[in-house]
Amino acid sequence: MEKFITLQSTIVPLPIEDIDTDQIIPARFLKATSREGFGNNLFRDWRYDENNQPKADFVLNKSNISGKILVAGKNFGCGSSREHAAWAIHDYGFKVVISSFFADIFKNNALNNGLIPVQVSQEFLNRIFEEASKNVGLEINVNLETQTITVVGVGISEKFEISEYKKTCLINGYDDIDYLLSLKEKIETYEKTSKYLKIVNE
Amino acid sequence: MGKTLFEKVWDAHVVSKIEGGPDVLYIDKHLIHEVTSPQAFTGLEKRGISLFRTQNTVATADHNVPTKNQHLPIAEPLSKFQVDKLTENCNKFGVTLYGLNHPFQGVVHVIGPELGITLPGMTIVCGDSHTSTHGAFGSIAFGIGTSEVEQVFATQCLMQTKPKTMKIEVNGKLNKGVLAKDIILYIISKISAAGGTGYFVEYCGSAISSLSMEARMTICNMSIEMGARGGMIAPDQTTFDYIKNKEFAPKGKKFDEAVEYWNDLYSDHDAKFDAVLSYDASDIEPMITYGTNPGMGIKITGKVPFVSEIKEESNRVSFKKSIDYMGLEEGETMLGKSVNYVFIGSCTNSRIEDLRIVAEFVKGKQKAPNINALIVPGSKQVQAQAKREGLDIILEAAGFELREPGCSACLGMNEDKVPKGEYCVSTSNRNFEGRQGPGARTFLASPLTAAAVAISGKISDVRTFNF
Ligand code: SF4
Repeated sequence: MEKFITLQSTIVPLPIEDIDTDQIIPARFLKATSREGFGNNLFRDWRYDENNQPKADFVLNKSNISGKILVAGKNFGCGSSREHAAWAIHDYGFKVVISSFFADIFKNNALNNGLIPVQVSQEFLNRIFEEASKNVGLEINVNLETQTITVVGVGISEKFEISEYKKTCLINGYDDIDYLLSLKEKIETYEKTSKYLKIVNE
Repeated sequence: MGKTLFEKVWDAHVVSKIEGGPDVLYIDKHLIHEVTSPQAFTGLEKRGISLFRTQNTVATADHNVPTKNQHLPIAEPLSKFQVDKLTENCNKFGVTLYGLNHPFQGVVHVIGPELGITLPGMTIVCGDSHTSTHGAFGSIAFGIGTSEVEQVFATQCLMQTKPKTMKIEVNGKLNKGVLAKDIILYIISKISAAGGTGYFVEYCGSAISSLSMEARMTICNMSIEMGARGGMIAPDQTTFDYIKNKEFAPKGKKFDEAVEYWNDLYSDHDAKFDAVLSYDASDIEPMITYGTNPGMGIKITGKVPFVSEIKEESNRVSFKKSIDYMGLEEGETMLGKSVNYVFIGSCTNSRIEDLRIVAEFVKGKQKAPNINALIVPGSKQVQAQAKREGLDIILEAAGFELREPGCSACLGMNEDKVPKGEYCVSTSNRNFEGRQGPGARTFLASPLTAAAVAISGKISDVRTFNF
């Protein structure tokens, strides 16, 4: 996994709530068996019409808006557990998603792929959308080490939460499997002592 | 202080705790399917490792499979590729596969319970959010992403932060025409599609314990639709009777020993939940959703809300977008709306009990001429049972066709899709934009309501029929 320490970038605002993973990547694009290439179909049905022509009013199709930070409304990533949603966002080029609330599975999936979900207060989120509507070049700085998000040039910032463990993983570019593999003996001991396993296994 | 059911099962599975981080949780059963597993197998190959406990994983093909002519090769090349890839991976890694044409094949959350793979007190995961279904047996069951599938393959463990606990109690007697699906749609309409985020739910109360296992599965299945990681119900005699004699369930003395253990799986009277909600069963009526998330549900006799009734201002934009997509007006009555599609199926409502309810209702009636109805059993075993009971004949006489098992129009990955702009009353669990096909408009309801709609050709209150 790539390391992540800080990022400063322009943003892509998407002020819609309850964006589910079926919108992020519709089911009909889940037939690939590798992790790459999903970015092309990110927000497919919002981005393209039925003739595969870009819809001019969708934010990803606006030539003056781009960035490595996606900012979305409350309850982002709800619905299906498909990790393809996190892959699609990451593959498109985003490194951070900001929202006032994330669905649990999406949050885990994002973190497992080096995509940082930054949860901010509703007021802070509203303020970002407000500033972005006035200034398309608005930049945001995300500092994982100090767990701070700052709206550059506006002078507002907020702290965000992330588990110590995940933070260490992201800063160093480790993943969970590396860690779990190192616990093999502990896992075997657990298997020998679990009362439950004895009952359900022959 | 006592423990909740959730805590009892969780604590029994903690292998290790990480300071300031998640717990390492042992996983008893890992279910996989063709869509979310290929990248995890590739991951193993890249690391040059194999499955840590191959016997704890069971695979099936469900999401992509056709529901007609399953004995023929899959026509759609990408679907075929993905299903073939699953077979190839299972062969290579030695994983048990109930693939197409196997008598145990079916939707992953239907086959686990019916085969006795799902047992009380277990931890069960699957790369699919509706894994919460298995919680109906008093197990901790939840959906995971593909990176986590790889973790379980590699170590039989998962890193998980312990969620908060919520108790949802429903007491009293259910009204006529009200099924488990209505209970859960009612609860989600009360707490919203995000109201359970961060929680693991335990359902209890007299209305819940009076339900069959199949109905309990319908409730737990949709826990994820309120954002919860999962939902569970304490096992009781109903649970044990269901499990007894199932294919892979413990047998004889082993079964008795297991029941003894399972009997301790309940929330102690002094256990503390982080949130408690209580509802009265008599307040629940047949439900239907009008919007594009499962929290947007109303009583079938109700009206689409007015934008001005939406409390939070930030919600109003999404609300407006949603009813525009659905082609509905604020304040509109749902009853009488013409519908051309009905889908009875999915891991929410495709078990034998659901098919029996539908068959009994449509017996001696005819479907409306405008209705295209799809009835898709959850598994090969459900299909076979339906045939043994002659349900297929009743359904055919009423103008329906019983298909072969799979996820089908629940997510429209195979050819079973609802056309753009069309309304579909569906017994599945998600009414998201385009979920049943690009531009499709979904109304979620119970199998009984879906059957009533199929007969009348429009949204109807099942209570106005003779049944
Ligand atoms: S039936 Fe629908 S919800 Fe259930 S596993 Fe299949 S696609 Fe998912």
